[in-house]
Amino acid sequence: MPAFITLDRISKAFGQLKVVDELDLQIEKGEFVSLLGPSGSGKTTILMMLAGFIEPTSGEIRLENKRIDHLPAHRRNMGVVFQNYALFPHMTVAENVAFPLMMRGVSKAEAAERVSRAIDMVKLGHIKDRKPAQLSGGQQQRVALTRALVFEPSVVLMDEPLGALDKQLREHMQFELRELHRRLELTIVFVTHDQGEALTMSDRIAVFNAGRIEQLASPEAIYDRPNTRFVAEFIGETNLFTGKVEACEGRNARIKLESGPIVQASIPTDFTAGNAALVSVRPERVRLAEQAGADNSIQVKVLDTVYQGDHLRVRLAGSGIDLVAKLERKARPWPVGAEAFATFEPDECTVIRP
Amino acid sequence: MSVALRARLTALGLITPLVAFLVVFFFWPLATMMMASVTDGTVRGVMPETAAALSGWDGNTPPSPEMQQALVADLRKPVDQLAFGDAVRRLNSELSGFRSLMSHTTSAVRDAPEGQALDLATVDPRWSETKYWLAVKHAMPLYTDRYLLAAADLERDAAGNIAAVDAGASANRQIMLRTFLIAATVTVLCALIGLPYALIAASATGWVRALLLIAVLLPLWTSLLVRTAAWFILLQNEGLINEALKAIGLISEPLPLIFNRTGVVIAMTHVLLPFMVLPIYSGLLTIPANLMPAAASLGASRLKAFRYVLLPLAFPGLMSGSLLVFMVALGYYITPALVGGPNDQMISSVIAFFATGTANWGMAGALGLILLAVTTVLYLVYGRLSRSPTMVGT
Repeated sequence: MPAFITLDRISKAFGQLKVVDELDLQIEKGEFVSLLGPSGSGKTTILMMLAGFIEPTSGEIRLENKRIDHLPAHRRNMGVVFQNYALFPHMTVAENVAFPLMMRGVSKAEAAERVSRAIDMVKLGHIKDRKPAQLSGGQQQRVALTRALVFEPSVVLMDEPLGALDKQLREHMQFELRELHRRLELTIVFVTHDQGEALTMSDRIAVFNAGRIEQLASPEAIYDRPNTRFVAEFIGETNLFTGKVEACEGRNARIKLESGPIVQASIPTDFTAGNAALVSVRPERVRLAEQAGADNSIQVKVLDTVYQGDHLRVRLAGSGIDLVAKLERKARPWPVGAEAFATFEPDECTVIRP
Repeated sequence: MSVALRARLTALGLITPLVAFLVVFFFWPLATMMMASVTDGTVRGVMPETAAALSGWDGNTPPSPEMQQALVADLRKPVDQLAFGDAVRRLNSELSGFRSLMSHTTSAVRDAPEGQALDLATVDPRWSETKYWLAVKHAMPLYTDRYLLAAADLERDAAGNIAAVDAGASANRQIMLRTFLIAATVTVLCALIGLPYALIAASATGWVRALLLIAVLLPLWTSLLVRTAAWFILLQNEGLINEALKAIGLISEPLPLIFNRTGVVIAMTHVLLPFMVLPIYSGLLTIPANLMPAAASLGASRLKAFRYVLLPLAFPGLMSGSLLVFMVALGYYITPALVGGPNDQMISSVIAFFATGTANWGMAGALGLILLAVTTVLYLVYGRLSRSPTMVGT
């Protein structure tokens, strides 16, 4: 069965500049997919092509197996929430929300009924006669969301909708959006450059880099098993060591790091002995011990310890490598200059191609 | 002196030049012209004693000897011939026959020996008639509505009732109507050209936008007289426009473009277009760029997005542009004078005629006052109508 939304070898070039390069993406009905990437990576361009604001240079976009890339934006039935909300300043909250219904020729009585139901659902009933300029950022955000949902679009596209909110409100809105997504069984394509936001909210994350998708997977997979160096470095923080596969046995491999130490790690199936490899270890997977352990013990010296509230951040160096460890807040204090062994489990480090 | 008081005095001191400038060059002339339109001292000025004597007269009883002697005393005084001439004209306009009566009476009074009572009825039997004295009495009051009435083509008849002047005697009303008609035509044309122009300029980028704006601003930086003179040349029967149209074979005879309403409207529309384009353009620039995509995503076709989003947002600019153009057009004088015919002159030229041509400050003031009043009323109505429009259909 074909996917709900299919992007088939989509390219977009502005003059000489290729913004999106032969990109494939499938989104299932009811999925919350985040497009995550640095600015200029093509994620917003993809969203704009889905919405119909820009045309792909080549490739096809299909919705429920019907081509839509030639359809004008107003006939695609997609709700779009813009970064700066794009509320109509000359209309009240109620008129803004009624706009898509009015454009669809919904009768006045039915529109009024649906508008008031939608407005009550996001608890904006008391401000429905205000103009956007009289609303707070959070209220505007909710109006924009309500306006994009009231006509029951087949897909909701969001372009960094929480970017302009302060931290607390942003976290609250993330929760509300997840709630809405679950309750209304919405299909949401969510563009963001905030990895935390993507990890919290998505069913799947597409990590964008230079017009291509580096990895498309669940938040857990993206975080724990990054496919590429870019994903490993872009999502969260990581320690990367370059080395070479010395021997492998099934999924287990011995890797000799450039600087000397040998580590055990699980590797993807397509690695063989002699391959160059990057070993990625998340700082919170690193532990410190006075004695060397069975596997993956690297002798290091403590350079610096920083108390960061919920964890201790320890900078370590030794055996020709630098690394960072995030230790539990109540871990024993490691004085600067102390000798220690940094250890990590073989299945908690990922091997990727350099 | 407290600090606050000193700060206040400093502030007052700083705006004093501005206030003084406004008072001397705006409020004072305005007040003077308004006063001139409702006061009339021509007869009173040369006949102060008669004025005093007539103030007690009820207008029904036969003229008393005191009134006669007061008039004789006034006529005996050496007087400014120009002012006296004005007074006689003024009396004659009240009741014809005064011109001969006054010259006759004046010479009789001057010839008569001083200090001797003179019976005016013997000089001229008309002085025994009540209506002549009544005419003098009517010309006496300092405050008069005759200029204002005349500005609206009205007058007071012998009985003191307001009546229309004879058809053909005056055309103020017609010219006033024409002024508003031309101003309205120019405003509508400016809006029809200016709105799309501003929309295109606001959506263009780079050198195209710069070029479009320069095309609007350049005329604004050019003297009005130069622009009008340029149209004077362009619109001639053998001018550039007619020659060009003939050259491409669209017309065989030159179109009548000059010394008629067409020429006036073309030239005024061009001259006033910047006042329409610039407010709309600056209003459009404040519209966020993503509103039109937002409208499209919500199901609005280009036409509907324009109708329900862009147009309402451009409306305030359109309104202030229209107001500017209309107000400025009302006072146009040079352009109709140069490219218009006799039937295209606007009210300013009539005001100029009374002010500089015949030194009739009363009439000039009255026409100005009526123009000001009508314009103010229109402005208030307009302000009420142009409050931000609500969306149709919700």
